[in-house]
Amino acid sequence: MSVQIWTYILVGITFALYIGIAIWSRANSTKEFYVAGGGVSPLANGMATAADWMSAASFISMAGIIAFDGYDGAVYLMGWTGGYVLLALLLAPYLRKFGKFTVPDFIGDRYYSKTARSVAVFCALLVSFTYVAGQMRGVGIVFSRFLEVDINTGVLIGMIIVLFYAVLGGMKGITYTQVAQYCVLIFAFMVPAIFISIQMTGNPIPQLGFGDTVADGSGIYLLDKLDGLSTELGFSSYTDGSKSKLDVFTITLALMVGTAGLPHVIVRFFTVKRVKDARKSAGYALLLIAILYTTAPAVAVFAKTNLIESVQNKEYKDLPKWFKNWEDTELLGWVDKNGDGRVQYTKGHAVVGNKNKPIFEVDQRGTYGERMIINMNNANENELFVDRDIMVLANPEIANLPNWVIALVAAGGLAAALSTAAGLLLVISSSVSHDLIKKIIKPTISEKGELIAARISAIAAVCVAGYFGINPPGFVAAVVALAFGLAAASFFPAIVLGIFYKRMNKEGAIAGMVIGIICMLLYMIKYKLGWFDEVLPPSDQWWFGISPEGFGAVAMVINFTVSLVVCKFTAAPPKDVQEIVENIRIPSGASEATH
Amino acid sequence: MMSEQRKKAKAYWKENVKYLSILLIIWFAVSYGAGILFKDLLDGIRLGGFKLGFWFAQQGSIYVFVILIFVYVRLMNKLDKKYGYDKN
Repeated sequence: MSVQIWTYILVGITFALYIGIAIWSRANSTKEFYVAGGGVSPLANGMATAADWMSAASFISMAGIIAFDGYDGAVYLMGWTGGYVLLALLLAPYLRKFGKFTVPDFIGDRYYSKTARSVAVFCALLVSFTYVAGQMRGVGIVFSRFLEVDINTGVLIGMIIVLFYAVLGGMKGITYTQVAQYCVLIFAFMVPAIFISIQMTGNPIPQLGFGDTVADGSGIYLLDKLDGLSTELGFSSYTDGSKSKLDVFTITLALMVGTAGLPHVIVRFFTVKRVKDARKSAGYALLLIAILYTTAPAVAVFAKTNLIESVQNKEYKDLPKWFKNWEDTELLGWVDKNGDGRVQYTKGHAVVGNKNKPIFEVDQRGTYGERMIINMNNANENELFVDRDIMVLANPEIANLPNWVIALVAAGGLAAALSTAAGLLLVISSSVSHDLIKKIIKPTISEKGELIAARISAIAAVCVAGYFGINPPGFVAAVVALAFGLAAASFFPAIVLGIFYKRMNKEGAIAGMVIGIICMLLYMIKYKLGWFDEVLPPSDQWWFGISPEGFGAVAMVINFTVSLVVCKFTAAPPKDVQEIVENIRIPSGASEATH
Repeated sequence: MMSEQRKKAKAYWKENVKYLSILLIIWFAVSYGAGILFKDLLDGIRLGGFKLGFWFAQQGSIYVFVILIFVYVRLMNKLDKKYGYDKN
């Protein structure tokens, strides 16, 4: 059977499964809608958290980024897993004990102020929207590549599916679909990885395989071979990377702290019964995430080695079929700069302008039948353009795996994108219906009214997300990576201080959050979006060489400092708030989540 | 005078913070220490095909993170029992 038929079958089955689960587990009360009734088992919650957390970026892009960044890719690996340690140790148990529905709930109550709550709602919406737009786009891309439908149709199909189970099932429906989505995505990621690991090193465990010797009997270690290939082609050595130590340090820190501060992840710990379960489910979540995160660097090494070996200095006419397939999707491109009919892959961008992506001539082929590229870059000798996303998507084809494995990757990518999108939409809808309407605008709203408001805001959120998925403003991609910086700069200090520093008051927390997020936004606008200048300022103008992605760490430190200084000069929080703090520090007596 | 209950809560919190500090020191050491700051130094040591610093950055630190959380769960369950906070 062809890849396409397999894809229809597998995607069809998984979608039917998600919808079935949504109907079976629809929410009947606000409590079920916001926190799944608060009785989810730690393992199920761990799986749901893992699916919620692993987005289209983790599934599709991460291994590709690592393949091209080598050692530097570790910032994502350590950053996105290390944040769970912070979450499990510093936040999850206490927030569960606190026992409300949302992150702004905690901020609003702990800092006894509507202003604090409003600032938190604003931050939650900002972080969630930037993130969710990227997910919807991811859904569209997977659809367009594997099912050969238009990207926009793909986004629309994704919207309808998410709409169906998020609006109907709320947190309860999302939780159980996410459990299923975790199973789909991890299976889809591991199967090709194991196949390729066996092919390349003879070792069935990818985590060990990429530290093993190459299976051709030469006795050379795979990583040494890749280091050699990389330097030979003019790149820096794979295991060394090229970022400065300070930049690696700050990006890792920003991602870790940002992970711990992401509202859609935090809210998952409100869904378990006891404090003990919250701790345990953070452990399960990280264990389940670690399976993918320790495999990704192995996939990166396999894919990069495979790519170099199959194309470097090969004649274009002899290239395998997958090369031409992906050329048609415009994610691969070749320009024969020196006219020898062979592919030369080396340092530098093969094309110039258009964000270093090739512009293809429509229906016009070159001398060897290759797609013609208009914007060739003559400043270097690199002839190959590779979109990093194809490292995971094309990997099964490059390794000659059966068609069902290729189709499985499509189903896995969709599972990853949909589960994250649903989790984020729920945060958006509960921020609006609970934090904004119930707690600030109309406290007298009935339970039923609130549930309707929650569903309507979920629908509105899906539509806005879908709109951005179809018409992605140029800055979405840039901003998604920075959602972490925003979370690090705003929530993390306010929550940690709220738990660990009893004297922390509202003046300090609000000042910290506002100044933290403003610093982050300004740095981002200046150095990532370039709106302040005619052209985007080059990286040598970054403060201390810290990239916008890493600036979240600096903004977090600013937030902490401002909070503590302002707190010193203002009145201590009232007695009953101090009692809340003492109460959340003790695990027993955790009531179920309430209004 | 602090009530008996307050004293107990305070002692519990103190032990909790002690555990957290130890676990977070390890968390920092494997990731920022072994994976970033001392990466080049550790790369001199080989673990099969892996240079040790690289291995910590892309594999080892993640394994340690998982272990840390489960150790924390165990320690806290014990601590809860010791102070009688495990019943509910």
